[in-house]
Amino acid sequence: MKNNTLTIIKKEFARFFGDKQLLFTSVIMPGLLIYIIYSLLGNGMSKMATEGANELVTVRVENLPESVVPMWENLPATVVLKQSVSQEDIDNLENKDLNEVLAIFPEEFDSLVATYNPQSGEAAPNVKIYYNSANNASSRVYYMLEGSLSTYEDQLSNRFDINRADNEEAHFDMASQDDVLGSILSKLIPMLILMMLFSGVMAIAPSAIAGEKERGTIATLLVTPMRRNELALGKVVSLSGMALLSGLSSFIGIVLSLPKMIQADTAGIELGLNYTGADYAVLLITILATVLIMASVVSMLSALAKDVKNAGTMIVPFMLVVMFCGLTPMFQSGTPESLTSYMIPFYNSIQVMTATFAHEMRWMPVIVMLASNVAFTGIAVWGLTRMFNSEKIMFSK
Amino acid sequence: MNEILRVEGLSKTFKLSRKQQKIERTNRKEIVAVDNLSFTANKGEIFGLLGPNGAGKTTTLRMLSTLIHPDSGDAILDGYSVVNQPEEVRGKIGFLTSELKLEDFFTPNYLFNFFSQLHHVDESTAQERKRQMFSRFGIDRFAEVKVANLSTGMKQKLSLVISLVHDPDIIIFDEPTNGLDVLTARTVTDYLQDLRSKGKTIILSTHIFSLVEKLCDRVGVIIDGRMITCGTLDEVCNGLSLEDRFFEIYKEQKGGEE
Repeated sequence: MKNNTLTIIKKEFARFFGDKQLLFTSVIMPGLLIYIIYSLLGNGMSKMATEGANELVTVRVENLPESVVPMWENLPATVVLKQSVSQEDIDNLENKDLNEVLAIFPEEFDSLVATYNPQSGEAAPNVKIYYNSANNASSRVYYMLEGSLSTYEDQLSNRFDINRADNEEAHFDMASQDDVLGSILSKLIPMLILMMLFSGVMAIAPSAIAGEKERGTIATLLVTPMRRNELALGKVVSLSGMALLSGLSSFIGIVLSLPKMIQADTAGIELGLNYTGADYAVLLITILATVLIMASVVSMLSALAKDVKNAGTMIVPFMLVVMFCGLTPMFQSGTPESLTSYMIPFYNSIQVMTATFAHEMRWMPVIVMLASNVAFTGIAVWGLTRMFNSEKIMFSK
Repeated sequence: MNEILRVEGLSKTFKLSRKQQKIERTNRKEIVAVDNLSFTANKGEIFGLLGPNGAGKTTTLRMLSTLIHPDSGDAILDGYSVVNQPEEVRGKIGFLTSELKLEDFFTPNYLFNFFSQLHHVDESTAQERKRQMFSRFGIDRFAEVKVANLSTGMKQKLSLVISLVHDPDIIIFDEPTNGLDVLTARTVTDYLQDLRSKGKTIILSTHIFSLVEKLCDRVGVIIDGRMITCGTLDEVCNGLSLEDRFFEIYKEQKGGEE
């Protein structure tokens, strides 16, 4: 009996691996596409952040006060002192290719600051810094100048500090680096994984069942002595396998491009190492269990459908439910305590993955999730068997 | 005579959809496709079900091949019941109809092996059988060409070969020569006679009188899902040509209604 299931699985895989186009569009392309898109996105963002870092910038200063000199000595920019900054200099800044910043201090700035009384109601001495925000270098140096002057202003009136780092080890946000990355990943990645797996199943299952029905090839299988449940099991297992390959490809794409997305390359690599073998194992088990139930539900819907197109339409509501489950971590803090929640397919996968990414994996939910998904898959295979047995479903046009 | 197939009171009704009711201008919710049909076929003979379109021939053959379930009645093929032992029945029969298609993606070679495995034919027997049948039907030259790229005639010959990978004792053939070109049709009818000489039993349905006269040992005439007459060709014809006799029967049956 198992033999027939195996024969079906072998045939499905022969079909899958023999079809270069199908293989490319469902396995190679998703991963590649995700990698390319995310990498380009990440590179673009980090390029924006670092662009102009090495470009020479000229800072023209009028009336540079003594007190500011030490602060501006070590700027990564050439500071040129000027007697006066003309209106022409300011107008020139409109050219965004000009790497320049203009700073105009009032005359006698230091003494003005020393004598200024905030309670007097008079306007405080004003420093004007002209720059062009369309020029990355210019805007970068502007923020440095502005920052250093703000710090200086704080120092002048310093009464107390908050969270002063007395030594290098001092830190006040007690979340570890793991937790910060983990909490971002835990909310984002499970949904991404779920979507990838779903698109994998969608790419394959409708044509393998509704397609066979549409093309009339399923009837040829149905007149062999094979039992309907062997056919159902063979289809679900092989489709899960293919969807898994497709999902895995997307997953690899995400993992490889993640460092570029997080800009700091090293952060991405550390993030991988921070998860234990058990975490990875749970992730893999969850993905497997999810794909199994996903493939069986989509198979059932495809069996009900008249043709591939109809199957696509019928799957949409199911997809929305799955997507909704994928979004649940965004609306809740932490994962549910009660084990019964882990009996709900898709929701359970999402919750287990969320907990795992947040370094909060517990074994009991994983076991409940796995048992529930296997049980539901069993029910689905039974349902699919009934459908293969039903002449109304198999031969209705 | 060695009885290999016994059909007992087989009945099948189909529900009519609203649309279908409109097309047929009727308020009936159901249509009786096969009505209490009984007949027997003997080992080593070709039995023909003759009837006009819509008489219930195909429905009967689909019930015999276990693709659809009878509402009542049963058929016993070589000792197995279509109702209670469908898997065993499917192992005994080869079913051929234009509605059974082969996957375009695969080659004749692959499909023959695949279906041999599903029928649990052992490897060496399967290979030998493949060699013989492929050469007989001229498929050998196209053994590695995907089905999608085969000519219509070659596809039909391949379907025939695939349905017989397990060398079944009973062959059920819905409209054997429908849609075949003259050459392929001839190959098929020759092959059916060949199979009979090897002791196989063939149940076929057709509306072509000449085919029945040429091939069938016994014939059953079906009109409106009911078996009107059944027997050897001579018994049924009663001295007339089959065509004349058929229209005589048809008038007797339908005369009053029109």
